[in-house]
Amino acid sequence: MIEDLLFQLELGLPQLVLGLVNGAFYALLSLGLAVIFGMLNVINFAHGAQFMMGAFVAWMLLAWGGIGYWPALIISPLIVGAFGMVLEKLLISRLYKLDHLYGLLLTFGLALIIEGVFRNQFGSSGLPYTPPASLGGAPVDLGFMFLPKYRLWVVVASLVLCLGTWLVIEKTRLGAYLRAATENAALVQAFGVNVPRMVTLTYAAGVALAAFAGVLAAPIYSVNPQMGSSLIITVFAVVVIGGMGSILGSVITGFGLGLVEGLTKVFYPEASSTVIFVIMAIVLLARPAGLFGRA
Amino acid sequence: MIQDRRSLLKTAAAASVVPAVGLPARARAQSTTIKIGVLNDQSGVYRDISGPTSTACVRQAIVDSGITAKGVNVEVLQADHQNKPDVGSTIARQWIDRDGVDVIVDVPNSSVALAVNGIVREKNKAYFNSTGATTDLTGAQCSPNTVHWTYDTYMLARSTGGAMVKAGGDSWFFITADYAFGHALERDTSTFVKAAGGKVLGGVKHPLQSTDFSSYLLQAQQSRAKVIGLANAGTDTINSVKQAAEFGVTRRGTKIAVLLMFINDVHSLGLQAAQGLVCTESFYWDLNDRTRAFTNRVRGSLGGNYPAMSHAGCYASVLHYLKVVADMGAAAAKASGADAVARMKAMPTDDDCFGQGSIRADGRKLHPAYLFEVKTPEESKGPWDYYKLLQTTSAEEAWRPLSEGGCSLIRT
Repeated sequence: MIEDLLFQLELGLPQLVLGLVNGAFYALLSLGLAVIFGMLNVINFAHGAQFMMGAFVAWMLLAWGGIGYWPALIISPLIVGAFGMVLEKLLISRLYKLDHLYGLLLTFGLALIIEGVFRNQFGSSGLPYTPPASLGGAPVDLGFMFLPKYRLWVVVASLVLCLGTWLVIEKTRLGAYLRAATENAALVQAFGVNVPRMVTLTYAAGVALAAFAGVLAAPIYSVNPQMGSSLIITVFAVVVIGGMGSILGSVITGFGLGLVEGLTKVFYPEASSTVIFVIMAIVLLARPAGLFGRA
Repeated sequence: MIQDRRSLLKTAAAASVVPAVGLPARARAQSTTIKIGVLNDQSGVYRDISGPTSTACVRQAIVDSGITAKGVNVEVLQADHQNKPDVGSTIARQWIDRDGVDVIVDVPNSSVALAVNGIVREKNKAYFNSTGATTDLTGAQCSPNTVHWTYDTYMLARSTGGAMVKAGGDSWFFITADYAFGHALERDTSTFVKAAGGKVLGGVKHPLQSTDFSSYLLQAQQSRAKVIGLANAGTDTINSVKQAAEFGVTRRGTKIAVLLMFINDVHSLGLQAAQGLVCTESFYWDLNDRTRAFTNRVRGSLGGNYPAMSHAGCYASVLHYLKVVADMGAAAAKASGADAVARMKAMPTDDDCFGQGSIRADGRKLHPAYLFEVKTPEESKGPWDYYKLLQTTSAEEAWRPLSEGGCSLIRT
């Protein structure tokens, strides 16, 4: 009996660790979505495309400019963030006064265009990107499993960034401005804060988070134009479960659902892509505002 | 001048109305323009192994056939089936009914491939499937209008699966895409593994287009199987291989058997991650002088892509068809797709991509299958120099025997 349990544990524990790695991506991506929705009230459907752009820019930096992984981790989010800024200024900012649906449709259309352009340029089967030498090499022996160093790094990087973003928004003056602006933009503007610029920068920051996740993903997932669209639906489910716009909620549910998905892959792999949506349905029925959302 | 423009407009209007009204097929058959429709994935995961490269290869076949000099016009159309059987069926019907298409070529994705198969048969046109994998095209659903040219799940399973067991990989664990194609590939490979005295220790079925395979790879390792068989395709395969390299699966002696991989997948993986993998194709651009000559001719129009076996199949099937057209006359070829295909079966094939071969009564094109090993980065001497030949399965042995397919054309 105990042996049996130990065996199950031996089987399950590595899967939990892997789930945590996937959760790190969910958390990073849903965090960006939550920031954008929380501040701009825009459902950013282009998030997956921006994630993909992050990975592609990292590839371009390496292939065309000889710039390696570590600088790319900073440069790529900056470039893609700047691109996000242009999008916000030119297009998205025109929709703030309209229903959410318009923002959703616009960003969805943008996602399709961006993906199409990349597919036309780079094909659909993807491009190679190897992990940096310092994180390559033999996997680390954790006792119960071998884990590549790179995956450990993914979890650490994601946790640090999530925590950092949460601190900025909840504990700093800038964060206070942001939160105030979402409550009453006119009033905050009256105090001399440049709200439109702040909103643009917030969008850029959310986009940069997606691009950062893209660079993180490049060495372990296939860098192809549809890499974002296959992830984004799951991430939206994570955001809905966590509660739209809740920063902490999206981070906790991101990691949590990664774990749930990891376990599903052991016990009933066929359902691994659906389990998150089942949870979403249950959560929506029981708590329509999400686990951490305020109704 | 005004008169001219008016008459021009009238002709244009008439031309656009006529196909919409839909003249009887007989009226159209009198023209000597052969229309070839390339139907494949232009925007999704199979774009690089089919897509615009297939169309370019079809155009090359037209040039190489020299048919235009014999007074036959050939027109090429292309469309995106988006990997959806309903979209593929609609396009096939429109092409045949409205645009007078005589031949449909390529059609990756087994479910779309089978849908189009039925339509072409019903309309008595010709169908050369190159990129679909299912053996049903020459088995239960075989058709007198269809030639299945390049490869199928049986041939992949026999070549790759058989070789792995022979090399000592006698216990297997499968990572399988959870749809018809993956199931068929796993089933066929299991049969060969067991027949060769090997064991199947287990398997896991993953949803199509998964991103994370580490969990499945770990389960495969825990099964202690000597070979992990990947019965999936496209980005699923790429992600599996990439993550297997990351987790150092092969470092501890486990072998990865990629049951379906195209050279474009290797390109996408990079040699660092793909080196040492073993896979089966029926064409490789650097196989011999003829394949190199073909690749040199076509490469300029591929936009950086290289031809895989799927593209070569589009080229070779159209080339062979045009030989038949030259032989029997365009009008007769247009009148009956089944007649044209019957002539194709009667005539031995010979082209730069697959060499000499033949087409069997059930529509199966016969040529050798090649087992390749992916080179290491040090071994590779130039761009797309990726494969070294391990073993050749002869045309007689590579394919499912005629008697086992259950094709209804055989009894007659």
